Amino acid sequence: MSTKPRIRVPDTAKVGEVIEVKTLISHIMETGQRKDRDGKPIPRNIINTFTATFNGKEVFKVDLQPGISANPYMAFHMRVPGPGDLELSWLDDSGAKIVEKVKINVS
Amino acid sequence: MKDFISLEAINRRDLLLGFGVAGAAVVLLAGVPAQAQADDSWEAALKKVVGDAKPIEGKITLDMPEIAENGNTVPFSVSVDSPMTEQEFVKAVHVFSTGNPQPVVATFHFSPQSGKAAVSSRMRLAKTQDIVCVAELSDGQFALAKRTVKVTIGGCGG
Repeated sequence: MSTKPRIRVPDTAKVGEVIEVKTLISHIMETGQRKDRDGKPIPRNIINTFTATFNGKEVFKVDLQPGISANPYMAFHMRVPGPGDLELSWLDDSGAKIVEKVKINVS
Repeated sequence: MKDFISLEAINRRDLLLGFGVAGAAVVLLAGVPAQAQADDSWEAALKKVVGDAKPIEGKITLDMPEIAENGNTVPFSVSVDSPMTEQEFVKAVHVFSTGNPQPVVATFHFSPQSGKAAVSSRMRLAKTQDIVCVAELSDGQFALAKRTVKVTIGGCGG
C-alpha cells in the first residue's frame, strides 16, 4: 500500500445529480491460499474494507474478500447533495489505511 | 469337516461384524465431510444472508463476460432497479462464487445517497462456475441473479 490510488470523478456536477466515482488502488490482495517455495502458506493480506463518505456521511461501503482481484477497482455512484469532500478509505489486513479526499465541485 | 464348517461360520460372523463396523465408519466419514462442506458452501453463505426468504428474480442485473480467459481479473457489474429514496432503496448486494475456495466475493453496502445501486469491480475465478448475486432491499425482500462464466485459466495461484 504505497502508491497513490487513482480516483476519477466528474469535473463538476449539478446538485441532485448522480455521479459515478471510479477508483483503482494497487494492492497484492494475497488470498492466504497460496504457498511459498518451502510449502509454507503465505498469510492473507487483502484490503478488507473500502468506504466512501461525503461530508462525514457514509455513502457506500464494501466488505472485500480474497475473491476480489489484485489491485482492486471499484466504480460506484453517489447523489451529489451539494459541494463538499468525498473521502475514500482503504483498510487492509495488516492494519494499513489509505485515505484520500476529493473535492466535488458543484456548477 | 465339522471343524471346517464351524470355522466358516465364525468367519462369516466376523465378516458380517466387519461389514457392520465398516458400514458405520462409512456413514460417519460420509457424514462429517458433508457437514464440514455445508459450512463452507456457497449455499450456506447464501442462506446466511437470505434466511428462509424466497428471493425474487429480475430487478437485479449481473453483467459478466461469458468466457473469461484469465481468471485472475474478471470484470463484473451489478445493478439493481431501485429509485434509491429514503423509503425504498437497496441496502446491500452480496456476490457469491459457486466454485472458488471461499464462496463470498464481496458485499456492497449502499445508502439512499448512493443515488443508483450499481457497482463495478473485478473478481478472481478459480474455474468455470456460476456467479450468484443477491440484493437486499429496504422492504426486506431479496432479489437474485445468476450467471455462468467459463474460465480458461483459473485465477487462484498455486
